[in-house]
Amino acid sequence: MNNTVDMIMIFLVLTNLALLGLSRLGACIRVAAVQGIVLGMLPLALNRGDIPLHLGLYSAVLIGLKGIVFPWVLLRLLKELKTRREIEPFVGYGTSIALGMAAFVSCIWLGHRLPLPEPGMSALIVPAAFFTIVTGLFLTVSRKKALTQAIGYLVLENGISAFGAAVVETQPLLIELGILLDAFMAVFVMGIAIFHINREFDHIDADKLSSLRT
Amino acid sequence: MSLFIGGFAIIFIGGLASLFCGRRGGLASLCGVLGTAAGSIAAIIPAFKVLFSGAAESVQIAWAVPFGSFCLRLDPLSAFFLIPILGLSSIAAVYGVEYLSSYQSRKNLGVPWFFYALLLVGMMLVVAAGNGLLFLIAWEIMSVASFFLVSFEYEKPAVRQAGLSYLIAMHIGTAFLILFFILLSSGTGSLDFDKIPMFPAAKANLLFLLAVVGFGTKAGFMPLHVWLPHAHPAAPSHVSAVMSGVMIKTGIYGLVRAAMLLGTPPAWWGWLLIMIGAVSGILGVLFALAQHDLKRLLAYHSVENIGIITIGLGVGLLGVHLHSPILAVLGFAGGLFHVLNHAVFKGLLFLCAGSVLHSSGTGCLDKLGGLIKRMPWTASAFLVGAAAISGLPPLNGFASEFLLYLGVFKNNGGDGLEMLVLALIVIGSLALIGGLALACFTKAFGIVFLGHPRSGAAQESHEAGVLMKLSMAVLACLCVLLGLLSPWVVRSAAYVIAAIAPLPMGQIEAELGCASSVLLGFVFVSLVFAIVLFGLTAVRCRLLKSRCVRQSVTWDCGYARPDSRMQYTATSFAQPITALFNVFLQTRKKFLPPEGLFPVRSSFETETPDLGERYLYLPLYRWICALFGKLQWLQHGRVQIYIFYIALTLWLLLMWKLM
Repeated sequence: MNNTVDMIMIFLVLTNLALLGLSRLGACIRVAAVQGIVLGMLPLALNRGDIPLHLGLYSAVLIGLKGIVFPWVLLRLLKELKTRREIEPFVGYGTSIALGMAAFVSCIWLGHRLPLPEPGMSALIVPAAFFTIVTGLFLTVSRKKALTQAIGYLVLENGISAFGAAVVETQPLLIELGILLDAFMAVFVMGIAIFHINREFDHIDADKLSSLRT
Repeated sequence: MSLFIGGFAIIFIGGLASLFCGRRGGLASLCGVLGTAAGSIAAIIPAFKVLFSGAAESVQIAWAVPFGSFCLRLDPLSAFFLIPILGLSSIAAVYGVEYLSSYQSRKNLGVPWFFYALLLVGMMLVVAAGNGLLFLIAWEIMSVASFFLVSFEYEKPAVRQAGLSYLIAMHIGTAFLILFFILLSSGTGSLDFDKIPMFPAAKANLLFLLAVVGFGTKAGFMPLHVWLPHAHPAAPSHVSAVMSGVMIKTGIYGLVRAAMLLGTPPAWWGWLLIMIGAVSGILGVLFALAQHDLKRLLAYHSVENIGIITIGLGVGLLGVHLHSPILAVLGFAGGLFHVLNHAVFKGLLFLCAGSVLHSSGTGCLDKLGGLIKRMPWTASAFLVGAAAISGLPPLNGFASEFLLYLGVFKNNGGDGLEMLVLALIVIGSLALIGGLALACFTKAFGIVFLGHPRSGAAQESHEAGVLMKLSMAVLACLCVLLGLLSPWVVRSAAYVIAAIAPLPMGQIEAELGCASSVLLGFVFVSLVFAIVLFGLTAVRCRLLKSRCVRQSVTWDCGYARPDSRMQYTATSFAQPITALFNVFLQTRKKFLPPEGLFPVRSSFETETPDLGERYLYLPLYRWICALFGKLQWLQHGRVQIYIFYIALTLWLLLMWKLM
């Protein structure tokens, strides 16, 4: 079983690096979607023995939202906005990947310092989850388009969810569902807001929103 | 204790109810005033019980907050402060019903009533809190509720400015208090007042200084008082009465409580308080003299009276240090009795000022005049209050100041020279304050109520309605009663003083009994004087009965067309005194003298900006502004950068924790 969890974690790290290096918005959304689907299987993989019904349902909801609904919303938005399909980063793709590697190293150090409450779990969980969180934050910070911020938020949520699945022993579902609801709302609100911003200003560059201050 | 909590709940529920029926102003006022009055009556019973029996009551309610415990405690000191808080608040609430009714068509009255109830609840909680964290929360509730009350007429820019300066000043004070309580808990990790350990001298001194600044900002010590002259005039008058009469006294309460917690005081605590008191008292009354606005003038008098109270506390602390029971007992008794008295007469004066404002629409002294003919009730009430605040016998203001005089006169402890200096400072400053206050209120009463109206607004003013008259009359009667009954009232403070000063009960009662017998003599003389005066008045009436009495204009040196502009103005009346003290006041004058043989126009203006504002707060604010101006490069307005800051901070915190 541990093997599967490790596999998922490695996949998580790889998709993160891919997200950092991808230049096309559509591809980014799809990678985030795949990441969501794989992550949706994590609760099942962590569970030893039989799979109870509620866990299965939860997994299905997770996969349905992160793998299908969110990407669908974002992709439709992308189509309607008729904006340039490129990401326009503040930090270049190569530099992003290099920074990502550095962040991963510090995440491994962090995972070393932050032992899991339950021994015998995959040692990769904490570093990978943290790395996903950092990647999400990095995407939000270093990319111009408001749409990338929505993707960054999704990835961030993926990281939290991975961390939650590993750390919170007794009530992971309750907390996770709460966060999921937040993400759900956020993606929709962001989607609507981005749509309106685009209609109003003919672009969705978040850095130009600073001119709204005055 | 259950009565106290019940009263607390009734007041809060009354406030909530008026918030919910805010659109119907009359109903909101009814809910607010009924809740306040009923709750106050319920809660004042245990306060009296504790005050006269000396036995503290307490209750502990489960509350899961770090360092906090919901411990309510009524000891004689809390009970003593609770009585004026509840009493004045309910009387002012009755007044407020009528005062606010003129705003009914324009404003939602539920909001001021809700915050009024919240202010009262906050004050009750402040004096009853037995835990530092609970105290701070109550303190904050009180400050914020009063901020909303100050900003009641927020559509006026001056009111918004006043509200903002009030909010900032309060939070500077609170910052010091937070520091105070953190240091207080650092020994044991508990903030319960009964678990505070004894501190080494250096730490106790630091704590005392923090308490002086923190509580002094609320109480209005010079030069921390800058919010007072702005906030009091801006608030609705019944709120000004409560704020000035009792809310600023929570600062005094806090200071006394802090002194109790910190153990035996060194001599310099007493001296510091005496100096602060003398400076606040003298400068407060001087600035009051230079004011043109009635409520602003009264606000400066609050600073003055806080000064007198602080002198009393200082003398008391010095007495504890010197083991001089006379100084300790009479100092604390004078200070605390003045807390009660000031609540009564300052409440009364603010209510009177409110009814002047209500009927004439202006508080500017130079636009008023001659109101005694149109508002006889208000004028008489104001006269009683003015006599009381000036410390004239037999009214209550006299009794408390007299205790202080008596204390330093009769003192026989300590080193000779030091005590001589003490007597000189205390007696000198009290006498100066009393004299100047008398001059100031002669000016205020004379300009507002005597003479001829100086503007159309004053001409059209009318007497206040029943409820306003009633509440003013009650407070005026209390001024007289507290003065006449002072020999007995003073004795009831025995348990309070026993709680503050480590003296045997017998000694305290002996000292108070001694003072009370002297006061009794004064009351007796005053009564004789009153009877003689009454007799003379009767004789005068009798003599005039058979003669013809007519009214005519004042003798005007033969000038044919006297008008109201030829009367004394507020400025010209006070000029001889303000000129004498111009070193402190630094009045700015703008004078355009008449020119030529047939002068067309000339003008004269004076303005007395506040010292503390000019030399302490403005430079401080400018410095802070410049400091934060240097950090402006952090502020890009880019969403991404802000998220980056947040992420970076979280990341660094996590790293730091795991290092």
